[in-house]
Formats: sequence, C-alpha cells, structure tokens
Amino acid sequence: MPLIETADLCQRYGENDILQNVNLKVEQGEVFALIGPTGAGKTSLLRLINLLDLPTSGEIYFDGTSIAGSARPTIELRRRMAFVLQKPVVFNMSVYDNIACGLKWRKENKGDIRGKVDGILEMVALSGYKDRQARTLSGGEMQMIAIARAIVSEPELLLMDEPTANLDPASAAKIEALITDTIHRYNTTIIMSTHDMFQGQRLADRVGVLLNGQIQQSGYWRQVFESPRNEGVATFVGVENIIDGLVASSQDKIVTITVDGSVIEAVSDSAVGVEVCACIRPEDITLAKSKTSSSARNSFAGRITRIVSFGALRRIELDCGFPLVALVTKRSAEEMELDKGKQVYASFKATGVHVISRQGNDPD
Amino acid sequence: MDAIWQGLIKALQLIISLDPEVLEISGRSLRISVTSTLLASLICLPLASLVHFNNFPGKRVLVNLTQTFYSIPTVAVGLFVFVLFSRAGPLGGLNLLFTPTVMVIGQMLLITPVLLGLTISALSGVDRPIIDTARSLGATGFQTTLLVLKEARFAVTAAVIMGFGRAISEVGIALIVGGNIRGFTRVITSAISLETSKGDLELAIALGIILMFAALVVNILLNMQQQR
Repeated sequence: MPLIETADLCQRYGENDILQNVNLKVEQGEVFALIGPTGAGKTSLLRLINLLDLPTSGEIYFDGTSIAGSARPTIELRRRMAFVLQKPVVFNMSVYDNIACGLKWRKENKGDIRGKVDGILEMVALSGYKDRQARTLSGGEMQMIAIARAIVSEPELLLMDEPTANLDPASAAKIEALITDTIHRYNTTIIMSTHDMFQGQRLADRVGVLLNGQIQQSGYWRQVFESPRNEGVATFVGVENIIDGLVASSQDKIVTITVDGSVIEAVSDSAVGVEVCACIRPEDITLAKSKTSSSARNSFAGRITRIVSFGALRRIELDCGFPLVALVTKRSAEEMELDKGKQVYASFKATGVHVISRQGNDPD
Repeated sequence: MDAIWQGLIKALQLIISLDPEVLEISGRSLRISVTSTLLASLICLPLASLVHFNNFPGKRVLVNLTQTFYSIPTVAVGLFVFVLFSRAGPLGGLNLLFTPTVMVIGQMLLITPVLLGLTISALSGVDRPIIDTARSLGATGFQTTLLVLKEARFAVTAAVIMGFGRAISEVGIALIVGGNIRGFTRVITSAISLETSKGDLELAIALGIILMFAALVVNILLNMQQQR
C-alpha cells in the first residue's frame, strides 16, 4: 500500500486552477521529487498533503486512510508527518528550543527530548549553537535547524519545499548531505519539491514533473530524463533541441522526419504522417570540422551563430537550416578553433533522438 | 515655573520622607490599575487570539469598532459604569458603587478596546509561515496560539503597557464611580484633581511626578519580563 496516494486532486484559487487532477503515489521509504518551474503548483500540493489547506476536490490517502475528505483533519495524522517550508523559518527562541518544539507539543518527557535534540544537533553539526538565538543564524543554518526540527520527531513522511532554494551553493550542499543522511538513517518517506532537476536526480528515487498544475510525467529519473513524454517535460529536463517535423517514412522502427527540408533519422514507433518533435540532448551532438563518415545516421552542415561558455563547457548554437545546440568541452572547442560564423558538421545517432508525438501529449 | 520647581522639591520631600498618605494613595493607584490591567489582559489576550485566528462575518467591523473605542472619554465610561452600578441601575444590588472594585471594573472596560485591538494587530504581525510551521510540526490550535503570542511578545507587551498607561492615568472613572473617598478610593489622579481645585498646586504637581515615577517602575518591570 502506498504511504501517500492522491486521487484527482484539484485546487482552485478564485479563477485559477492551481492543481488539476493530480494523481500521485509514493511508497513507504521512497524519496520522491516533485520537479517543476516556479509557480507550477509544487508548494500547493505539499500544503495539501500536509493538511495545511483543503483541496477543492479529490482525495488524499495517507497510509490507506482518506485524510482530505474529513473536514477537520486530526492532529494525530499531522503528527505523523513534518513539513519544511521553502523560506527558512525559525521561532524567536534558542536553537535548542526550536528543535524541541515538536517534541514538547507531543508532550514527550524532558529527558527524552534532551537526548533527541542533542543527538540531532550533533547530526547537523550545530551542537555549539544550542543556546544561540535562532534568529541570529545565517539562512543556511536556519534551514538546517528547520530540517533538524522536522526530523527530530521521526516523521513517517517528511515534506520539503525547495529546501535549498535561496541558499548559497555551500549551504545547499550541506543541506543535501543532511537530506541524504536522513534518508539513510531513518528510512523516512520523503516528498520534496525542487526546481533544480539535478537535485531531484541526486536525492530522489523517482521524480514527478509538475507543469501548470498537472503531473506531466512521473517515473525513475533516467526514464523521465531520457524519454520525456511531451515537449513541456522535454524542455524542463534540459532537452534543448526540440525540433518540430513530420514523419515521412517508417521502416523497422527507423523513421525519417522531415524538418524544413532536412531529414532526421530516428528510432521510433511513430507512424507516417504524424507530426512529431525530435528531441536531441546537446551533449549527444558531436561536432567535426569536416564531413566524416561514422555510424551516426544524422550529419548536418551548420554555421555557428553563438558560443556561450559556462565552466569547462561551451554551448555552441548552430544554424543547420534549423537551430541546433551542441555542448562541447572548452578544450575541444579550442582545439577545433570554433568561432562564430565558422562552418562545422554536427552529427548524432538515430538512437540519440527521442521522438514525441505532438498529438499524443496527454499526461497519464 | 516656580510652582513646578516647588512641586518637584515637594515631590522629592514626600518620596524621601515616605509620607504615609502619599504612599497610601500611590499604592492604591498601582493596586487598582495593575489589577484592572491584569484582569483585562486575561480576557483580551485569548479573545484577541480567537478573533485573529478565526474568520467570521463582521470581523472587520468588530476590529474597526474596537479601534474607535480606543478614544472613548474616561468620563463616558465612568458615567456608564455609574448608571450600571447606581442604586437604581441593573447591578445596583451589588452595592459596589464608590468602592475600589467598581473602579477596577471601570478601568477594565476602559482599556479592553486598546488591549484587544493592539493585541490583534500584534498577532497580525506574525508571519504566516510561522503559523504554518507550527501546525506542520504537530502543534494543536491552542499550542499554535501560545507560540504566536510568544513570537509577538514585544508587541503584546506594548499593548499591555498601553492599557496600563491608560488605566493609571484616567481620572473620570476614579471620580465618578470611585468618589475620591479619602483612605478608600482616592487615587493619585483624583487626588491631583482635588488638590488643584483646592489651590495646592505644589502637592498636585508632586503627586503628578509620583504618578509618572510609578508608571516608570511598572514599565521597567514589564520590559525586564519581555527581555527574558
């Protein structure tokens, strides 16, 4: 039985549909990442699960019990979960008292509380801050306290809303390490939201892509990353080349797609005459100075229109009759003397093209 | 100016010599106003939480009305309480008129709007995420309310100080329902009023200074409480 299951969950705020027919299943002990851009409805969904808000319609089952239907959710149910908000929230009291709050509210005895709080403080390496006023800490430290405060009550379900948003990279890395530690130590079921898809990949077992209030696709990271179901998901998971075309021929699952006069070969079940998007990851594209023969079924001559550098990589934008983006290392860009206006040959394998039918974009 | 200097010197003399009547009047002033402030706080803090945490029709009207009553004249409250407790009034049978008890009741009525209104705005100053976090960590409604009151403690204390200030400085209720009876209901403000009309400005000024001093002591105590 899943620990959390939602059925056709809808949330409307005035005229706006915040969430539409969200169906989600998260198993016991699983780490699930809700990924999606800002404003997709991630926070709203987490708030519904935590019973902070009531849905407009639909059901939420926690451990098999319907929880959203009852007008007054019981405190016992909520005490089996904990929710870490996006903005680090600490109460205006000492670090120790902050972390002890939930336990005090559960009326645990003082000795137990002391033991648990001290243990958690050690785990987050903030033992020295015990008596500090929590408000005087940095944003990253406050978020540490917020997570520590949530996990000290050993919730069955831990909800986290963008736990590292607004934090500097060093603090974010510490928070991620803490989350990983929590997963290993307590085997807690976690639902976390993030707009950083790689964070989802690093921390979660499964991801769900939430776009415009709908779960567009959910599954294992690889599956979503490599086979995005539709254009929206493809864009969000970083497929930069999404090229519209028409299936011209199909034989043994090899299709040819015509794109503005050019032809792309791909592996797909799509039928002839279907309008499709060919999705190609920039890192799957190889650049060469001259036309070479290789096993890659697709090779196009193109002119470099723009080069953007980030870190050790160069993002090369090409015009091959249709726009194409390739990712190469700084060193190969230098060795090939890539420059704006130069002509290069871009090639990619037919298996590197993920084909999405533009008619069948409906999510599950 | 001379009268003020004389008053100041006399005030010091009265304080240093521990003048029994001055001590008695000041003690009564403090007792009555501290009692009324405490009792009004006991009513207003939970009431303000109820109003703040619940949505009901007429909430805005109630808050606006409360704010309007911030400026109700003390004599109007005195008159109202007088009518209520006079022999022919609905509560006349209690025989409380011209007693310290009825003065406490009058002051409570007077400062309830200030305490209620300012506590409501103090609670409104607490960020929504604080409340959400408390609830998500398993706090009951009551536990959340206590936390929010604690988070807003500076502003709540300010509300209480405001209430106390209005209580100890009022003279309308003290005169109308207290009656300014020497040794029984005479408080600093009613004494000042009397001494001024008798022409003893120095004593009146001295009492005024003592009143300020008493208020200072109470504020220091409350602030110390707040810092803890």
